[in-house]
Amino acid sequence: MDIINKTLRLFFFVVIVRPIVKLVIGLNFRNRPELPSAGPAIIIANHNSHLDTMVLMSLLPIHLLAKVQPVAAADYFLSNPIKKWFATKIIGILPIQRTPNTDDKKPSCNPLEPCKTALAAGKILIFFPEGSRGDPESLSEFKFGIAKLASQCPTTPIYPIYMHGLGKALPKGQFILVPFFCDIAFNPPLYFSSTPQQFYSELKTTFNQLKETVKVPSWD
Amino acid sequence: MLSWIFNANPVVQIFTGIVVFLIIATIVSRSLRELRVNHDYTELNQRINSWWAMIAMFGFALWAGINASIIFFALLSFLALKEYFSIIPTRKVDRRVLFWAYLSIPLQYYWASIGWYGMFIIFIPVYMLLFVPFRMVLLGNTKNFLRSAGSIHWGLMITVFSISHLAFLLVLPQLADAPNESSFAGPGLILFTVLLTQLNDVAQYLWGKSLGKKAILPHISPNKTWAGFIGGVLTTAAIAAVLAPILTPLDHRLGLIGGLIIGVAGFIGDVTLSALKRELGIKDTSALIPGHGGILDRLDSLTFTSPLFFHFLRYNAF
Repeated sequence: MDIINKTLRLFFFVVIVRPIVKLVIGLNFRNRPELPSAGPAIIIANHNSHLDTMVLMSLLPIHLLAKVQPVAAADYFLSNPIKKWFATKIIGILPIQRTPNTDDKKPSCNPLEPCKTALAAGKILIFFPEGSRGDPESLSEFKFGIAKLASQCPTTPIYPIYMHGLGKALPKGQFILVPFFCDIAFNPPLYFSSTPQQFYSELKTTFNQLKETVKVPSWD
Repeated sequence: MLSWIFNANPVVQIFTGIVVFLIIATIVSRSLRELRVNHDYTELNQRINSWWAMIAMFGFALWAGINASIIFFALLSFLALKEYFSIIPTRKVDRRVLFWAYLSIPLQYYWASIGWYGMFIIFIPVYMLLFVPFRMVLLGNTKNFLRSAGSIHWGLMITVFSISHLAFLLVLPQLADAPNESSFAGPGLILFTVLLTQLNDVAQYLWGKSLGKKAILPHISPNKTWAGFIGGVLTTAAIAAVLAPILTPLDHRLGLIGGLIIGVAGFIGDVTLSALKRELGIKDTSALIPGHGGILDRLDSLTFTSPLFFHFLRYNAF
């Protein structure tokens, strides 16, 4: 069964995802690509669309596919058996428990624990610090989890990537893909130093700078 | 080998000529870069490289047959329209309208493939002109309505309607007085239109670089000069007069006029897209072709020359 799922995963990314990403969407690199060539590594990106994961996974060479795991919310992607199969076996997500906002419900385990395990196994994690897709084409507040994870894995390189356009192509709640180019701005990898608070603000500054490098037409 | 070239049809001959010329141009530009290190030949080298890519793609499409060529031009329209929608301001509510706009591409190229001229020539100027605002009315949002309706249709006209004229060149009827079956067929007409449009760009650039002083449109393209424009148009007209009887049913005289049309229209297409980019505050329409900008940057002159030369040709010869 595992071999079938792995073949289907390869097929899905080579035959369906890559042609859609390269031809229907189209990528505009705004600067020189900075991408991990091996694991462990973390890619962090802004989140506007389900296409974000597909584009980020298409940026990496196909031989790294087996190593790539997008970190995603267990409550959303494991909600039914078909979704669960597709998310875990085909996309290959690393499901984590989202920290509940209220105090009465405690998470069953530390949501960052699976991430640390995966990184120790040499995986490349895709992480969306905004948590959810939110309003299309706007950068919302980062969650603190990424700073905590970085502080616990100080030797892991963290690659910030800023994308624009996918929120227009396939925003939250829409089902029709309308082709728009996706602008991508890269940044050299960051490493954790000093405190989580400082690293958190460093990430925010980096993303605001990356956002400035992409010229964005108004979308009203 | 040589006898094959002499016996081949004119399209193959001209094509071989272009390849030979490009090989020489590549050698010259590489040597220039080596010999005169203090001069910057990046732009020249980029232009020659993009010529190689274009020749390879056109060669493949023409060799693969009429339907493959039509699909190739439809793809060019798609990429150009996608670039256009990605650089202009759009409205969130218009996502579905844009989706319909994309759907007009396969239809427009289908009309071309079946040779239905009546539908081909009015589909975008009439039916899409009326359909786009109708679909927008159903969305019920009037904010920036005119800007949106106008810019969506303008993009369709430039990137789909104009470029699709190249596809229709392939299905023009066989002329009764053509010297032989392959004479004046679609590939030759496309080669003529595209080759002269590109030569015109190069000629205007070279004349401008060598003699140009006075800017022709300083507020839109400060690098374009009167000398570049006039020298380019005359050069294009002269080459067109020579090539027209070989590749098209036009004689030397009509070929000369066709060349003047391509020269002037190519210039206007170039500066029109420049004006658009200047308004939007961008240098290139995308970064699709590394170092060269986007598809729309490459097709700018062709969006004006292909419909104008097509109708000149159709009126005079078909």
